[in-house]
Amino acid sequence: MNDLSQAKTFDEFMEGIWRQNPVFVMVLGMCPVLAVSVSAVNALSMGLATMFVLVCSCGLVSLLRKLVPKEVRIATYIVIIATFVTVVDYVIQAVSLEIYDALGAFIQLIVVNCIILGRAEAHASKHPPIAAMVNALGMSIGFVIGLFALGAVREVLGAGTLFGVSLFGPNFQPWVVMVLPPGGFIVLGAWLLLFSALKRRQEARLAAPGGGHGA
Amino acid sequence: MKASVEIRSAPHIKGPRSVEQIMANVVYSLLPICAFFVYQYGLSAAASILVVTAACLLTERAFVRTGTQAGSLSDFSATITGLLLALTLPPGFPLWMGAVAGISAIALGKALFGGIGFNVFNPALVGRAFVQAAFPAAIATYTPSFLPGRFTEFIPSSLAWPLMAPADTAAWLKAMQYDAMASASPLARWKFEGFVTPAWDLVTSLAGHMAVGPSPLLIVLCGAYLALRRFMDWRIPVAVLGSAGLSALIIYAAFGTKYPDPFFMLFSGGLVLGAVYMATDMATSPVTPRGMWLYGGLIGVLTVMIRYYSGLPEGVMYAILIGNAATPLIERVTQPTPFGKGASIHARKSASYTMHPDYISREEASAKTPKKRFLKNKPKKT
Repeated sequence: MNDLSQAKTFDEFMEGIWRQNPVFVMVLGMCPVLAVSVSAVNALSMGLATMFVLVCSCGLVSLLRKLVPKEVRIATYIVIIATFVTVVDYVIQAVSLEIYDALGAFIQLIVVNCIILGRAEAHASKHPPIAAMVNALGMSIGFVIGLFALGAVREVLGAGTLFGVSLFGPNFQPWVVMVLPPGGFIVLGAWLLLFSALKRRQEARLAAPGGGHGA
Repeated sequence: MKASVEIRSAPHIKGPRSVEQIMANVVYSLLPICAFFVYQYGLSAAASILVVTAACLLTERAFVRTGTQAGSLSDFSATITGLLLALTLPPGFPLWMGAVAGISAIALGKALFGGIGFNVFNPALVGRAFVQAAFPAAIATYTPSFLPGRFTEFIPSSLAWPLMAPADTAAWLKAMQYDAMASASPLARWKFEGFVTPAWDLVTSLAGHMAVGPSPLLIVLCGAYLALRRFMDWRIPVAVLGSAGLSALIIYAAFGTKYPDPFFMLFSGGLVLGAVYMATDMATSPVTPRGMWLYGGLIGVLTVMIRYYSGLPEGVMYAILIGNAATPLIERVTQPTPFGKGASIHARKSASYTMHPDYISREEASAKTPKKRFLKNKPKKT
């Protein structure tokens, strides 16, 4: 019994990282993904801010799931999410004004991030708090991975740096397009291509007779 | 790409003509232009053509191999993309950026849509648009043609290390006693300095050290070969050049000295190359005769508008890409009336009925109606 529930919890955790990755599989929350992934630092801080909001609000929503009337649940979720977004907003402002300026309105816009509302509605409101928070943690790690994958590629090609550290020396030729919006779309497309190719390969291997072995 | 299955409604008119044959002929007609380009710019131009074409072919190979793209390397279409792309880039364009252009041309412009015949935009121009957005400084850096040591040394910017910024060509030119004036393209010189290069110098591109591509005259001759052999429709280049010339003439007549004369507009930049080789790409241009006129006209007008009223000196690339995007719409509004249908049952005198035997015999010298060919090829039962 304990084994089974552990396996289930792990499965819930991994769901958001791989099978239902919010960026690469569900393609949700594209607004912050495309807008703030200009550099790895921005992407990472945006991802962590979303992670905090997602985990806390999913926990609270799950705790209150039996008290909230069905008719006003969306409004309640929004109030809960907005509370945590306000917390994150002030924390980032206090920690680093530079990052706060770089992320701009996208911190406040976490309120309307569909990953968070979607998780609250689809998962947290139907599961006990621990399960909901584990699932939310997995989802947000998946989101951080997605954001970081975009931000790292765009920063390396667009500025020749990673986390502000120069990789190629002073003579690097920046790819201007990568820090512009088209670069976001192109890199996202390339990652989606890679992910779907990997998935297809995995499926083909599982479908093949005696799958899962070799090659 | 040999078609073995044909699913279409009658009538089927067969001509002895394949994709490979058309594409190979386009490559042959491009070879003199490439040779002239190498003659103008020497070693760097040759290396640029080789690297860009190799990048296109390798990318094509990779995508064909994964099975996600139709076609094969032997159909020459990737070769055409590579050659055309190299001709639109400055000769001293860093070779690694040329490779990036080639890869993005095939990957973004062609493989993404499913390979040969499925692409919405001209792949060569997609590649060029990508590097124009990524490396705006390098793509605007031209060097004068016919430099004395061009066959023995590279233009310094060509040999930049991958991911590294190219060397400054201005200092290199200064050491050779050429001023920066000669290394701006005629369009940039007009746009930023108000200097109009004489049109005849541009037509042959043989007059001294100018930063221009291959001679428009040569391109028109090579294009004429293709048009005469019906590998290309003459309507599109005529429409592009005609509408560009006409709109330039109207603006010139209305506003006079503020704008250059229409001949300068026609022969400068990449307009002739674009009109003859890029706008006529079979997969991305309309198939209806009236649609071709409309499409060419749109490209010509857009080119002049972008050149005159935008921040960029050259507008052919974006004009053709916009034309490509409009192609399905143009085809929809210019569908010909089927033979025997429509308001009038009488044949119009000037109409060209593409399915009429007379018309076919004019189009294809050796075309013939099939004589029960499919019966002959029926698989034998053993």
